[in-house]
Amino acid sequence: MIRSELIQKIADENPHLYQRDVERIVNTVFDEVTGAMSRGDRVELRGFGAFSVKKRDARIGRNPRTGETVSVEEKHVPFFKTGKLLRDRLNGK
Amino acid sequence: MSGKTLTRMDLSEAVFREVGLSRNESAQLVESMLDHMSDALVDGQQVKISSFGTFSVRSKSARIGRNPKTGEEVPIQPRRVLTFRPSHLMKDRVAAGNKA
Repeated sequence: MIRSELIQKIADENPHLYQRDVERIVNTVFDEVTGAMSRGDRVELRGFGAFSVKKRDARIGRNPRTGETVSVEEKHVPFFKTGKLLRDRLNGK
Repeated sequence: MSGKTLTRMDLSEAVFREVGLSRNESAQLVESMLDHMSDALVDGQQVKISSFGTFSVRSKSARIGRNPKTGEEVPIQPRRVLTFRPSHLMKDRVAAGNKA
């Protein structure tokens, strides 16, 4: 399933909404999640999962091609943990 | 890092502000998005949201696990797990926003 298919499904269920409003709604939700994480916030969606930010410490990396050492700065990466309900549903519980 | 936690309520509030539907309907739409995504995943599909990220279902085979406390061996049944791979755009925004 891709974004446009998700939009279509929701548009089909809500014939009273304009397609472009459904697009705005779906985009708003995803933007809100990304925005929260870029501020360092978590987004917890019970039953579905939680988005959070993890810190990766600075480290000495190595260019795999040349073997040259390079210092990699500390950085923050997005992380998703599946919710219990969805994890159980994936396993037929 | 402010370290706040957003919930469904914050997402539906954003929809309410953006589109001007009732709070109740905004909440239902957020719920329906999550439901459709969950259903597709349970069905074994990938959910690919451009410029956000990709949710995929992976099958893990059975293995022998160990209770770390007692050292006892326990069988772990084959199972399906969900992984999320953030898009480059999300990674870049999260990295830039949290820079020290």
